[in-house]
Amino acid sequence: MEPTAEQLIWMYENMLLIREYEETMAKIYLEGKLPPHIQKGLAFDIGSGPVPGEMHLSAGQEPVAVGVCAHLRKEDTVVGTHRPHHFAIAKGVPLDRMTAEMFGKATGLGRGKGGHMHLFDPEHKFSCSGIVGASMPPACGAALAAKKLGKDWVAVAFFGEGAANQGTFHESLNLAGLWKLPVVFVCEDNKWAISVDKDHSTAIRCDADRAGAYAMSGIGVAKNDALEVFKAAGEAVARARKGGGPTLIEVKTDRYMGHFQGDAEVYRPKGEVDQLRKGDPIPALASNLRSRGLLDDTKDSAIRNRVHGSVTKAFDFARQSPYPDPREALEHVFA
Amino acid sequence: MTTARRLTMAQAIVEAIGQEMERDPKVFVMGEDIAKYGGIFSATSGLLDRFGPERIMDTPISESAFIGAATGAAAEGMRPIAELMFVDFFGVCMDQIYNHLAKNTYMSGGSLRLPVVLMTAIGGGYNDAAQHSQCLYGLFAHVPGLKVVVPSNAYDAKGLMIQAIRDDNPVMYFFHKGIMGLPWMAYYEGSTTEVPQEAYTIPFGQARIAREGADVTIVSLSQMVQKALLAAAQLEADGIRAEVIDLRTLVPLDVETVLRSVTKTGRLVIADEDYLNFGLTGEIAACIAERLDRIALKSPVRRLGVPGVPIPYSRPLEQFVIPQVQHIADACRSMMGAKLARAA
Repeated sequence: MEPTAEQLIWMYENMLLIREYEETMAKIYLEGKLPPHIQKGLAFDIGSGPVPGEMHLSAGQEPVAVGVCAHLRKEDTVVGTHRPHHFAIAKGVPLDRMTAEMFGKATGLGRGKGGHMHLFDPEHKFSCSGIVGASMPPACGAALAAKKLGKDWVAVAFFGEGAANQGTFHESLNLAGLWKLPVVFVCEDNKWAISVDKDHSTAIRCDADRAGAYAMSGIGVAKNDALEVFKAAGEAVARARKGGGPTLIEVKTDRYMGHFQGDAEVYRPKGEVDQLRKGDPIPALASNLRSRGLLDDTKDSAIRNRVHGSVTKAFDFARQSPYPDPREALEHVFA
Repeated sequence: MTTARRLTMAQAIVEAIGQEMERDPKVFVMGEDIAKYGGIFSATSGLLDRFGPERIMDTPISESAFIGAATGAAAEGMRPIAELMFVDFFGVCMDQIYNHLAKNTYMSGGSLRLPVVLMTAIGGGYNDAAQHSQCLYGLFAHVPGLKVVVPSNAYDAKGLMIQAIRDDNPVMYFFHKGIMGLPWMAYYEGSTTEVPQEAYTIPFGQARIAREGADVTIVSLSQMVQKALLAAAQLEADGIRAEVIDLRTLVPLDVETVLRSVTKTGRLVIADEDYLNFGLTGEIAACIAERLDRIALKSPVRRLGVPGVPIPYSRPLEQFVIPQVQHIADACRSMMGAKLARAA
């Protein structure tokens, strides 16, 4: 399946948007967290600043999000992980409300209650969770609902290679295979589960090889490349929509930043990230688009300006929005 | 007499585990990111270099498997320490904990010994939201068969950890992230204390009177003890003398120390960071309610805890639901002029 010109530009622009968003967030996250305005003796204070708490950024993993979401409609469901921004952006979650949520503001997607790992946008059928392996069962559920409602909707569960060793992975894949659910399981193998690399966590080399154990097709994408992901996802989404059941896709992708912001990554071989960045998927796609005559300097500038504008607007919106009243903390336990 | 030096709670825990591992070759540790990383909250920092990967074992993200394996290994005579990275993750492995680790000794009529220490990080206050900020020791204290240990400071942390490792029973050991003394999270400095170099134990079921007072009893544990002490210092200026009790362990629970204190003060506030409903605060209040034939209360019992909501992310929301120093002090003040109902 070949991407259209529109899809190619969309993927490129969204990868740029994700990358700029994550790099901006990496800078802003540090505000208020460093000496001298924190507890004496600390190098960093995770609970300080306008975006407190944990932060898990997806720079490098853009191809997985855009390659899959290029095939999705608004009514298809995406369930993401604790590292959710690239999925949310590619699914069309509004940047301003997403950012406001991470600033803990009343205008955020969850009115400040959820924060960065718990972004919920029912309108765009996007949700995510901070528990490893939690994305797969709800995606099965969305797929189950689609079947019961007679719709050709598809559900996508994103998760990491670490999550593929969690019980929910095995249960969900068996369930989906057994009930022929229209779900696509997408494993982002970025090699690292915090500090533990895949060789030390997983008994086999390639998680796509697990598909056969659950009566579904497995596709391994060996390169961190948007077009390769697009091809695999196209096949999987089409299969699901036609009633052909689930697929397991595994993408070898690259995590450019730490597991969380503040992670000193002492466990990572020196120079690994620099080496990975040489294969940056964004300039690679740009080259491809240029060779197809779809991109030139003028178009590229225009796209980058648009992206920059969106990111700036989102962060400004978040900063200027009000905090919720503290007593709101007692609301919304039940609908 | 060995010279004591000051250690953070994290350092004290590492020292305890290291000393026991030197003494007993059957002790080993399993968990996520505990080897090279030294534990996300530094509870195993440096142990990989000392003991190697056969005894400090990184696991896959497979809690049911490795925590269940701890039970199985213990049954074969090993003494495993398993780390559950955040207590909030118990959901993925609770069956192995509460149905097996906790119950096998009983169901076997006492013929099994399961010397497992399950240590885990608890607590909020740094905006990690609903799935990474809980305490939940109340939940584990509620189901029979698990000892529940919750240190508030470095000295206790070391003694309680050594006791836990030497105990032939399953011990859940909860360390609050906000008192570990980590260089990347604000913490209550009262938790960093002098810690003797030699190994020592603190018996379970022995609460500590962290501060003496005659006007009101504050019962607490974990980071909340540090907040209670700050509240007590504030109250002193108002002429209110608060007695702060650090429970240290919930199972076994030292009810006697609480009873003695409330008999003296007549006023009880239980300050807890766990959920308010159906937990520790209710348990302590019930212990008093059952003994009103011999304890005269001057005020109704006050309970502080997270009020039946998931922990919210946004700073003003989180500060509102987790009891703070101010809430404890205000509760104590409000009890001073309280009235009791009279029997008809």
